[in-house]
Amino acid sequence: MELLSHLMDGFSVAFQPFNLGMMALGCLLGLFMGAMPGLGSVNGVAILLPITFFVPPTAAIIFLAAIYYGAMYGGAISSIMLGIPGASTAVATTFDGRPMALQGKADFALVAAAVASFVGGTISVILFTLFAPPLADFALRFGPQETFALMVLAFATFVGLGGDDIPKTIFMILLGLVLATVGLDNISGRPRLIFFDLQGFYKGISFIVLAIGIYGIGEMLWTLETSRGKVEIASNKFTFKRLGEALKELKRAWKTMTFSSFLGYFVGVLPAAGATPAALMAYGLAKSFSDTPEKYGKGEISGVAAPEAANNAASTGSMLPMMTLGIPGSPTTAILLGGMVIWGLTPGPLLFIEQSEFVWGLTASLYAANLVTLMMNLALIPLFVWVLRMPFMILAPLIFVLCFVGSFAPDTRMFDPWLVLLFGFVGYVMRKLDYPLAPLVLAIVLGPLAEDSFRQSLISDQGDWTPIFTRPLSGIVMGCAALLFVAPMLKGMLRKNKAKAASGEQS
Amino acid sequence: MTVTRRSGFGLGVAGAAAFAIAGAMPAAAEWKPVKPVEFVVMAGQGGGADKLARFIQSIIEKNKYAEVPFIPINKGGGSGADALRYLKDNQGNDHVIMATLNSYYTTPLRNPGIGVNIDEFTPIARLAEDTFVLWVNSNTDIKSVDDYVKAVKEKGTAWKMGGTGSGQEDSLVTAMLEKAYGIKETYVPFKGGGTVAANLVGGHVDSTVNNPSEAIGFMQAGKVRPLASLTAKPIEELKDVPTFKSLGKDLVYRMQRSVVAPGGISPDVAAYYVGVFQKVFESTEWKDYCKKNALQCSMLTGDDLKKYFADEKASHEALLKEMGEIK
Repeated sequence: MELLSHLMDGFSVAFQPFNLGMMALGCLLGLFMGAMPGLGSVNGVAILLPITFFVPPTAAIIFLAAIYYGAMYGGAISSIMLGIPGASTAVATTFDGRPMALQGKADFALVAAAVASFVGGTISVILFTLFAPPLADFALRFGPQETFALMVLAFATFVGLGGDDIPKTIFMILLGLVLATVGLDNISGRPRLIFFDLQGFYKGISFIVLAIGIYGIGEMLWTLETSRGKVEIASNKFTFKRLGEALKELKRAWKTMTFSSFLGYFVGVLPAAGATPAALMAYGLAKSFSDTPEKYGKGEISGVAAPEAANNAASTGSMLPMMTLGIPGSPTTAILLGGMVIWGLTPGPLLFIEQSEFVWGLTASLYAANLVTLMMNLALIPLFVWVLRMPFMILAPLIFVLCFVGSFAPDTRMFDPWLVLLFGFVGYVMRKLDYPLAPLVLAIVLGPLAEDSFRQSLISDQGDWTPIFTRPLSGIVMGCAALLFVAPMLKGMLRKNKAKAASGEQS
Repeated sequence: MTVTRRSGFGLGVAGAAAFAIAGAMPAAAEWKPVKPVEFVVMAGQGGGADKLARFIQSIIEKNKYAEVPFIPINKGGGSGADALRYLKDNQGNDHVIMATLNSYYTTPLRNPGIGVNIDEFTPIARLAEDTFVLWVNSNTDIKSVDDYVKAVKEKGTAWKMGGTGSGQEDSLVTAMLEKAYGIKETYVPFKGGGTVAANLVGGHVDSTVNNPSEAIGFMQAGKVRPLASLTAKPIEELKDVPTFKSLGKDLVYRMQRSVVAPGGISPDVAAYYVGVFQKVFESTEWKDYCKKNALQCSMLTGDDLKKYFADEKASHEALLKEMGEIK
C-alpha cells in the first residue's frame, strides 16, 4: 500500500491551487496547439518551455505535461473537422473522422475522440502507476532486432488497409519507403536521393509535410472538384441528447478502445516507437479484428476511437523511458527531458527514488489532466462544429493558409511549403486514380524506423538475419506479425466465398 | 591524437574573461539588438545540443542578460547542413547566432556540396567541451582497459561498439581507439546518445563511448562501468577513472560547445554577443550545469577561438581522411 500513499501524496501536490491552475491552462493551450496543423505538442512545449523557468519544477512539468496531453486531444480536432492531421499522431484519426464529419456526424466523431482519449489516458496512467519500474526494465530488452520485429508487426496490421487492390497497396507502401530514404542516412552518414541537387532534400521528407500535402491540399482539391464548391455539411446542433446518442454509438467500440489503450501504452514505452506508430497500429488492428472491416474508412466510429485511445496511452507511455532511463520516447518528451535538466532534475534510474514528490505529483496530475481535457473538449464541441458551418468559400482558403503555415512552422524554410504543394497535387491525382493513401503515410512513418533497426541488427550480428527470428522476444513479435499478415487474407477469402454464394451482390 | 590547447582551468578562464570584458566594454554600449535574436541550433529538438541551447536561453532570460529574447530555432537537417547553410545565407544579419557542436567541422568536410566554409563565420565564444568515456556493462568482468582490449581481441569483430551516426563524434572516437590498440570492432550506429546508453544497459551492444552526462545516471544505478576517459586530465566527477593518457595512449577527443555568428557582421555586434555569453559563462547556473554534466567549462573568445576552430578543423580533416570518409 506504499504505492497508494505515494499517489495520495501526489494528489495533494497536484491539487494545490497553483498547480491545478497551471494544469488547466496547459490543457487549454495544448488543445489549441494540437488543433493547429503543423503546430503540434513539440512546438507547443518548446515555445512555452521558458515560461516554466519562473515556477517550481513540479508546477512546470505539470504545465508542460498538460500541454502535451491537451495537444494529443487537440490533434484529433483538425483531423476530423478539416481532414488535415493536426499532428502526426492524429493521422489515423482522419481515416474515419473526416468521413464522419462529411456525413454530418462531426460531433459524434469529436465525442468519440475525446472519450477514447480519456479512456486511453486513464488506462495508461493506471499502468504507469502500477508498473513503472518493471516496465522500464522490459523496455531495455528491446534491441534493434526487437524493434525491427515490432515494425514488421506494424506493417502487418496494415495489410488490409488499402482495400482490395493489393498491387496498388504494395505500390504505395514501396513509394512511401522510397520517400522515407531521402536525405542523409543516419547509419552511413551519406546523402541519398538528393533530387536535382536541391539542398532541401538533405533533411529528408518530413512526415508532416507529406501528410499536410496529400490530406490537406489533396483533399481540398478533391472536394472542390466533386462538389464544384458547393459543399454543404448538415451539422446538427450539439445538445445533451446528441451527446447521449454519440455515447450510445461509442459503446460498441469499448473493446477496441480498451485494447488500443493497452497497445498504445506498451508501444509508447518502447524507446524507439512513440505515439504515431501506436495510433497507426491500433487502427490497423481494430480493422483487422472487426466483424465489419469494410465500414472502416467510411466513417466507422471505432476507427476514430482506436487511434485516439492509442495515441494518448502512448504519450503517457513515452514518459516512462524519459523519466526512468533518460531516453525520450518521442520528440516532445525529448524537450520535456531538456526541461527537467534545466530545472535541476536528473532523469534516470534514480529519479523515482530521489525525486519522489516530483514523480508522484506528475503522475497524479496526469489523472486530473485527463478529466480536465475531456470536459474541455466536450464543452468546446459546439464551437468546433460551428467552424464546419462556415461557407466553403471562406473555409477553403483558410485551410490552404493553415497548410502552408503548418508546413513552414517546424523548420522555418520555404522548401517545405513547396513540397506540400507538390504532394497536394500528387495526392489529388492518386486519389482520382484510386490509389490508397494510408499505406503511403504508414510507410514514411515506419520506414526509417524499420530500416535503421534492420540494418543495426544486421551489423550487430555480422550480416546474420536469423537472430531476428531466434531471439525470444523478437521471435514472439515476428510470430504475431505472421499471424496478422495471414489473418485478414483468410478472412477476406472467406468473405469473398460468402459473397459469391450470395450471388455476387456487393456494393 | 589531437592536441589539447587547454591551459590551466582558472588561469585560462581569467585570461579569456579579461580579454572579453576589455573587448566588450566600450562596444557593448554602442550596439544593442533591436529585435529577438534567432539562436540557431545545429540539431533537432531534444538532442544534447538543443537541451544546451535552451538551457542557455533560460539563463539569459532568467537573469535578464539581454534586452531581447534569444529564441532557439532547430535546424538539425543533414547533420547540421541546414543550419550551416542558413548561417551562410544570413551573412551580415546582426540578429542570428548559432550554437555549434563538432558537426560544425565535419559536415562541411563530408558534404562539400553545401558550399559552406566555416572560416567565414564570426566566432563568438566557446563555453564548454564535452568529454568522452569508454563504458561497458557492469555485469561483465571487464574492469580495466587491459581487460577490455583482451576481451575485444578474443571476440574479434563480433565485438559491438554502439554509438551515434557514422561520421559523427562517437564513430571518430571509436576509430581512434581501434587504431591505438590495434583492435577491430563492429560499429553499430544509433540515433542519439541516450539510445546508445540504453542499448548498452540492455546488453545489445558490448561497449560505448558515451558522454558522461548520457551514462552517469546508469553508472550511479550500478548498470554501467567507466573504464577510461579520453581527456587530458581525469574528469572531476569520475575521479577514479584513469585517462587514456595516463595509460600511455595519447587519446584525447572533445566536443566543443560554442556560439558563432554569420560572417560580415561588425565588430561591435560581435562584441555585444561576447559580452552576453561572458555573463552566461559566469552565472552560477552555468557552473552548476557544468558540474552536473561533467563538462569541462572554459571560455575562449576572439582570436584564440579562431585559432581553436582552425586547429580542430584540421585535426578532424585528418581524422576523416584516415577513416576513409573523405578524400
